[in-house]
Amino acid sequence: MSKKFYLYSVLIAFIVVAPFVFPDFKTQLATVWLMIIVALTWDMTGGQMGYNSLGNITFYGTGMYVAAVVTIALVYDVGEYNNAFGGGIYAFTSQQYFLGLILGTVAAGLFCSLIAVIIGFITFGLRGPYFAIGTLGVAIAAGELVSNWDWVGGGQGIALPVFPGDYDVGKVMFYFLFAGTGVILFVFAKWLYSTRFGAAINAIRDDEEKAEAMGIHTLQYKLAAWAIAAFFVGVAGAISAFQLIHFEPLETAYQTINLGIFMVVCVLLGGAGTLWGPVVGAILFHVFKEVTWNYLLGWQWVALGALIVVTVVYFQGGVVGWVMDKYPHWFGLSRVAEDVAEDEQS
Amino acid sequence: MEQFVSNFGLLLEFPVVNLKIVLDGIMIGALFALAAYGLALVWGVMNVKNLAQGDFVIGGGYICWWLTQMGVPALIGVPVAFILMAGIGWIIYILIIRPILDRDLFTTLLATFGLAIIMAQLLNLLFGSDTQSVDLGYDTLYFVDGFIDVPIAKLLGVLMAGVLALGVILFMKFSRMGQAIRATAQDARAARVLGINTDKVYAFTWSLNAAICGAAGAIIVMVWVIQPFYGITHSVRAFVIVTAAGLGNLPGVIAAGLGIGVLEQYGAHIFGIGYQQAIAVILLLLVLIYRLSQQRRVRQSLR
Repeated sequence: MSKKFYLYSVLIAFIVVAPFVFPDFKTQLATVWLMIIVALTWDMTGGQMGYNSLGNITFYGTGMYVAAVVTIALVYDVGEYNNAFGGGIYAFTSQQYFLGLILGTVAAGLFCSLIAVIIGFITFGLRGPYFAIGTLGVAIAAGELVSNWDWVGGGQGIALPVFPGDYDVGKVMFYFLFAGTGVILFVFAKWLYSTRFGAAINAIRDDEEKAEAMGIHTLQYKLAAWAIAAFFVGVAGAISAFQLIHFEPLETAYQTINLGIFMVVCVLLGGAGTLWGPVVGAILFHVFKEVTWNYLLGWQWVALGALIVVTVVYFQGGVVGWVMDKYPHWFGLSRVAEDVAEDEQS
Repeated sequence: MEQFVSNFGLLLEFPVVNLKIVLDGIMIGALFALAAYGLALVWGVMNVKNLAQGDFVIGGGYICWWLTQMGVPALIGVPVAFILMAGIGWIIYILIIRPILDRDLFTTLLATFGLAIIMAQLLNLLFGSDTQSVDLGYDTLYFVDGFIDVPIAKLLGVLMAGVLALGVILFMKFSRMGQAIRATAQDARAARVLGINTDKVYAFTWSLNAAICGAAGAIIVMVWVIQPFYGITHSVRAFVIVTAAGLGNLPGVIAAGLGIGVLEQYGAHIFGIGYQQAIAVILLLLVLIYRLSQQRRVRQSLR
């Protein structure tokens, strides 16, 4: 039994008991998991592959809408339901609710993967800042178009049925849905980065032309990586839709300048291109966000903008990057000789 | 859907409506071109892609609006916004832009995005989230049986934009600093070797960009409306224009600016004002896809 085994066991145990130890913070903890999921998926293309997307929020919003539409379509006519805006006459049995939750979540993930492949086919020809701006454009356009689409409720959004059963049980269930998705994603990413696939996307980040010359089909790898990321973001969006019950397109689903930027900040805060960086960053970021929201009300957005600027400008390696630089032996790395020489000089 | 078709039919039925839309588009497009020229300047000289461009515009607009609330004539607001935004731009350069100048492009993009959030939120806290505009109180000219209305304020706005653009062009061409900026844009290292203080050039370029945007915003508040969160749309427009026109191509920037203005007015007429932001963004995507297909032909990607 190695040290690592104990570490992971303690972590898993903490994840399982957390909502019962801190019963007042169930929704907060679930949100932390949401942040971890979106940060990890962003890092998959951003940190590991060097394609900095500002539009991953598209998949979050699309996931929400797909899950909602699937759930409603199983029982009622979607257009009528949304025009009545939930109106009270549309009841869902608990069987219908859970069937919708499961089918909707899976459908959301698959549909978002498909969307990612289609969008990626165009946008992956763009490099660097053009890719970032292009994907940001996709996200804004998607939000605007959905908010003008009456079949899915237009600017008012969609109201989903409420969790059948005790309110608190629902909160615990949503916590575990997010936590489960997050753990699966983390394990999957850890495995993925250790395979040939991980090496290939790292090669694309380091030098795409050389990678292509080495015989890596870069477009296929890029599409696959983005499709995987989109799947998990879509699933997270679907769970969010059921957790929030009611969501509207611009502020909740396609929240470009909220969650869409938060996920990038999380990764940069924790350290891009590392496995633990997004996780650490997401937790730190969420704590920072909640503290500013509670104690700096009115100024919270200015504080967040300042956090983005300070992180990006003065602290780019992130927390994990900084620790890696200071204590490389913790990660089984040896320090680069010139860095050591530099330290000795100073 | 039927509404879009009937709106489109209206254009064919009354050709004079087209003339009005084109005129409106050109008048507003001139201001877009101004902000885009500032972006092309910092992009070309410093290789910084500024996502806070639109917020500089809105910031200048609020300076002008605030001055009129204080009883100052609105036309004075344009030079004041120019000078004040230059100062604000210089502070921003020292705090944020200088440390990231030689970092990768995504860093500058994200840092300026953070700046955009800060600026929009500060404006929101200071002035509230209502849309504001300044009424100059001038008459409106009517042509073709009142079908076409041209407010004198808008004509004045276009005129001021033209004067400002002309001033900037002459400055870039003939002044010592303008020459230094152009030299730095061509080859920063060679410029340093020849004794040009590139740090000063960068600081000046950035301030000039902020000042141009500020003046453009001060004009926009007189002919249109501003709101703290309209900045991102202006940034997107500036990106569309620069991406379509290319860097260092001033006639292209002006043409693209006017073109965006006209296309947006057509879009607003056919699809309704609710789609305004979507239209700006979709134009960006179309321009990117077009540029991309051009590059694909020579097996290159857009970078």
